[in-house]
Amino acid sequence: MSNEAWETLSNQAVGFCGILYFLALVAHLWQWASLRKVPVATASRVAVGAGAGRSPRRTADAWTEAEVADAAGEDTRRRVAMGERLGIMLTVLAAGAHFVALLGRGLAAEPARVPWGNMYEFTLSGSFFVTLTYLVLLKKFRLGWLGPIVTGFVVTVLMVDVIWLYQPVAPLTEALNSYWLVIHVVSAVIATAAFTLGGFTSILFLLKERAERKAKAAVPAGDVDPVDGAEAPVVRGYLARVPDLVGLDRLTYRLHAFAFPVWTFAVLITGPIWAHEAWSRYWNWDPKEVWAFITWVVYAAYLHARATAGFKGRNAAILALIGLATLWFNFIGINFFSTSSMHSYA
Amino acid sequence: MSGRDTPGADVEPGAAPVEGPGSGNPGRRSGELNAVELVRWGWRQLTSMRTALVLLLLVALAAIPGSVVPQQAVDAFEVSQWQDRHPKLTPVYEALGLFSVYDSPWFAAIYLLLMVSLVGCILPRIKVYAKAVRARPPRAPRNLTRLPDHAAYRDPGSAEEIGKRYAAALRKRRYRVVDTDVDPDGDVVVAAERGYLREAGNLVFHLSVLVVLAGFAMGSLLGFQGGVIVLKGGGFSNNLTQYDDLNPGSLWSADDLQPFAFTVDDFTIDWYRSGQAFGQARGFASEITYVEDATDPDAEQKSYELKVNHPLSIGGTDVFLIGHGYAPVITVRDPDGEVVYSGPTIFLPTDLTFASFGVVKVPDGLEQQVGLQGQFYPTYGFDMETGPYSVFGEAQNPFLSMVVFTGDLGMDDGTPQSVYALDMDGLTPVEGTGGAQFRMDLAPGESADLPDGLGTVSFDGIQQWNRVQISETPGKLVALGGVVAALLGLLGSLFIRPRRVWVRVKDDGDGALVTVGVLDRSTGAGGGEEALEGILEDVRAPDGAAGDERARPAQEEDRP
Ligand code: HEM
Repeated sequence: MSNEAWETLSNQAVGFCGILYFLALVAHLWQWASLRKVPVATASRVAVGAGAGRSPRRTADAWTEAEVADAAGEDTRRRVAMGERLGIMLTVLAAGAHFVALLGRGLAAEPARVPWGNMYEFTLSGSFFVTLTYLVLLKKFRLGWLGPIVTGFVVTVLMVDVIWLYQPVAPLTEALNSYWLVIHVVSAVIATAAFTLGGFTSILFLLKERAERKAKAAVPAGDVDPVDGAEAPVVRGYLARVPDLVGLDRLTYRLHAFAFPVWTFAVLITGPIWAHEAWSRYWNWDPKEVWAFITWVVYAAYLHARATAGFKGRNAAILALIGLATLWFNFIGINFFSTSSMHSYA
Repeated sequence: MSGRDTPGADVEPGAAPVEGPGSGNPGRRSGELNAVELVRWGWRQLTSMRTALVLLLLVALAAIPGSVVPQQAVDAFEVSQWQDRHPKLTPVYEALGLFSVYDSPWFAAIYLLLMVSLVGCILPRIKVYAKAVRARPPRAPRNLTRLPDHAAYRDPGSAEEIGKRYAAALRKRRYRVVDTDVDPDGDVVVAAERGYLREAGNLVFHLSVLVVLAGFAMGSLLGFQGGVIVLKGGGFSNNLTQYDDLNPGSLWSADDLQPFAFTVDDFTIDWYRSGQAFGQARGFASEITYVEDATDPDAEQKSYELKVNHPLSIGGTDVFLIGHGYAPVITVRDPDGEVVYSGPTIFLPTDLTFASFGVVKVPDGLEQQVGLQGQFYPTYGFDMETGPYSVFGEAQNPFLSMVVFTGDLGMDDGTPQSVYALDMDGLTPVEGTGGAQFRMDLAPGESADLPDGLGTVSFDGIQQWNRVQISETPGKLVALGGVVAALLGLLGSLFIRPRRVWVRVKDDGDGALVTVGVLDRSTGAGGGEEALEGILEDVRAPDGAAGDERARPAQEEDRP
């Protein structure tokens, strides 16, 4: 195949995978809309009063088929189950098309190269790794409930990428032409993907925590819930079906515990080694490096916060989000504001 | 730490205590503090986790200005441009050290404080850890069902035999210490612990941060960095006078320069001649010949292909090829034909097509001081809209176009000035016909007359130059080793799950009541329930006899 053919294939694959992600999003939304009729299981109630220190099972599933069937009938059960399965299947297909898009991009260049030579390609790779990380962890951490968020996020990012950041294929500049590029960027992108997922769970943690506080305030402890006579107030909707606070906090920690060493490797080991080879200094304090360092320090603070009484939970989640903000700012913001590449997204 | 909020567990070895020293919660501190107490209290504050966290955030915050304000050490030129644009802010920023944030006293203050805090935090932890490694696992708490992960069930076997089975299962799961004991009530109690290396990893990580900092400091204090432009065919020997610019560390001395020398024998550029990147360079490389010790007449001559991403190391010094460009050979003669200026003149590329900008200064020999300033196009092209431009980076159709200034070049008052730009203060442009500025357009081999009979200028040919960066970064391997050790420590610290397991078997005549409790002491990563399930599975497996009563991990409702 010629270079042009690969480039066209890549562009078509991007469009195609965007559509698939969108359909996956629709499937997930359909699933969650159907679930609205189903009352929330007892496991995801707010624990109040004495003995609340220990939480029931942390990784409560968002729903079980039996529960749904009991509460809303066979029809709803089928719809919910199908929505989830369809959503995941479409996400897998979309990830496949996404991969083809990356592959085409790499093969379209002359000579063939890794598909991350500019912002458009970084973003394309980054969003692919977000999906991949989600799919890899889906079973292990039972992440089904993240489906709508991940697909919605990736669709949005791809749209932004294609509309504003698109650049035709070009070979790498001399300084980028090194195998360190492969190692450095792969690890940075993987870490970014995991931090991003960790950011989603942090946001959910904060939202859920707030919802629970509100619910608690609305129903003074000891009072009886007006809805079904149960003792605990209830958080409703989507938030009720994501794991409880302990589970979310743990998941957030695990994602960060994975991402942080990878980020350390990318930013503080391979980055400096490569910088030393290419620019003669292993650490230059250029804006990109400064922000990578800031991100690293903020996430180190997050890990500390989680181990410090009084900073756990809410404050740690906020720190994680600050970390994510610095990370994205570095990924996108710095490129926009601080290089001469004004023409790069024409 | 997870230990602290779990009833029945003692505090994790080396963990910052909840109360008292190192906790950040100085319990009672009423009344007057005497000086010693005050110092102690301050030290405790400084070495608390909370302070570490605040200091970390401060480091992050303090690093930001350096990414917004141009930095002297990164791009001195940009700094001076910025200062020209902001005459009011400049003195304020200067006073705050904002043009060299990372060398500024306040930045240093923050990270030094962090390092002191780190040492103060780590040393006691090492001591505690050393003790903990040798200690037996702590005694079982009375009520195991208060642990976050526990199970209770009845077993028809004998207490002693059940205890043995657990001990064996735990050893197999590589619990480091497994103690079996009979407590005063006659219960068989098994206590086990694993994951000691987590704390070791944590300590290694924190100590390595110090190592990295030491390596970094060595580099910036003892190292240097300099740049020089060398013509193809030209040479360089490593002493101070030969550098175009030099950026030494504060403890560096010129005596440390290694006495090497090299010549650039050949220089080739591999251009893309078609396709997507037409006109860009695929790569460039210089053939150089060097001697490690130029003072030694017998020194061996070696050759090296110098290119981007492939520096040459000589002793502790690294030589990098970081750029290239053209130097038109220009000769200026007075009206009598006497040469007053001659030689390859370095023009700096302004874009990817190597359209380049440069100046010629002729301070002496002509009737007036003369400055020439202009563009060099390696492959000349012209377009009515954009004017002259370069089609291609390779010198296929070179062309030089310069305007002329006369007056005072400003070279006599001793202030240093750039060799790549004219100081316009004392200069006036020379007009040509029709009021436009006088311009000389030259192809190689051509010459043109300066106006007013000042003399002639000829464009005799083109040479290529290399920009070579030379630097010495002592401590870079220290820093690298430090980061690698930090990463390994970090992996241990994050992924080794320290865990305690207790089993209590109460023989009540009619079989035994077995309770198992697991305390996962990693920072709330969870995983205790999986461990419990695994252990129960193992104990069940060997003889499968004890049947179905073997319980699942306890849910809320099956507390005894
Ligand atoms: C340059 C400064 C520092 C950096 C980059 C840093 C980074 C980290 C990181 C990434 C962790 C997570 C590893 C883990 O969870 O085990 C950690 C844990 C820890 N750090 Fe630091 N740290 C720094 C300074 C300090 C200081 C000054 C103290 C003491 C006051 C401290 C005390 C601790 C403790 C006690 C833990 C373990 C928490 C736990 O039990 O999980 N660190 N640190």
